[in-house]
Amino acid sequence: MSDALTTGLVGMSGHNGDEIEAYLARPDTSDNRGGVIIIHHLPGFDRASKEITRRFAELGYDAICPNLHWREAPGAAPDDAAATVRAAGGVPDARLVGDVGGAATYLRALRTSNGKVGVIGYCSGGRQSVLAACNLDLDAAVDCYGAFVTGTPPAGMPMRTNLVDQLPNLRAPLLGLFGKEDAHPSPEQVAELDEILTAHDKPHEFHSYEDTGHAFFAVDRPAYRVAAANDGWAKIADFYGRYLATAEV
Amino acid sequence: MCTYDTVRASIDGSAKGPGGSWFHVTDATVYFDHPVHAMAGHTLNIDLAAPAVGPGARVAVELTAESARELVAAIQAALDAVPASLCLAR
Repeated sequence: MSDALTTGLVGMSGHNGDEIEAYLARPDTSDNRGGVIIIHHLPGFDRASKEITRRFAELGYDAICPNLHWREAPGAAPDDAAATVRAAGGVPDARLVGDVGGAATYLRALRTSNGKVGVIGYCSGGRQSVLAACNLDLDAAVDCYGAFVTGTPPAGMPMRTNLVDQLPNLRAPLLGLFGKEDAHPSPEQVAELDEILTAHDKPHEFHSYEDTGHAFFAVDRPAYRVAAANDGWAKIADFYGRYLATAEV
Repeated sequence: MCTYDTVRASIDGSAKGPGGSWFHVTDATVYFDHPVHAMAGHTLNIDLAAPAVGPGARVAVELTAESARELVAAIQAALDAVPASLCLAR
């Protein structure tokens, strides 16, 4: 835990070496520690995403949230940038992987890094967190109610497929947090993901909350469910505490 | 969930946007997804925009599905009431 933090916008090298913006939050301590990449949701690089980033720094991690919409709308308001990217077809999967990979490189180059990096995403970012962990060397991944990791996206959905064919390549332990009242992902889709990961002997742990739907971590939305969110944060802290901790010498 | 689906239309008109200024809009995007401001899990969202001007040249609305249907019906009713002599096209 750290109450003294340093935060701000930085430049980082993303997919194809593109220079993009990111929000960085770090504890004001000199200990070696893990890093966390926060994948912002489709509504953008917004205040809520930055608050989450600061919370991971408060938990003791170097935390970075890449602005996935920087290329299309540098300097724009988050909602305007999100609208622009949506109109352009969204964030391509390959670019997402490149940007998260760049963020991992950035975190591991920090003098405080212990070399371990986790990733977390919410909503569309939940799917992208799994996608990143199937394609990059990461140490832990958290999927918060990401739709279409399994299940079939509606016809015509641009650039989106489920991740079933990529799941055998999952390289990091996965924590999944879901709402039992959510339709995307539905409890059946969560069960399918659980079965696939079990069949491939991939370490994972899932928690699904009663009377809870989609986006239950979002404190400024009607979907917020305080009990699920509080327990979810505790599960995340425990999970990262196990997989991102500095090795004992 | 984020639906990702986006319906686009080319439009020609004006909208009153950021700073209270009118601007020429060329593009509309319509999608059903999480709102930024409306107190609902999902809303029908419409962006009237001028991409050539920049991301901030945008008027956004977020409507419940029911109110979006009301709006569609109102627009249709208003168009249907226009005398044919005033409509040069369609």
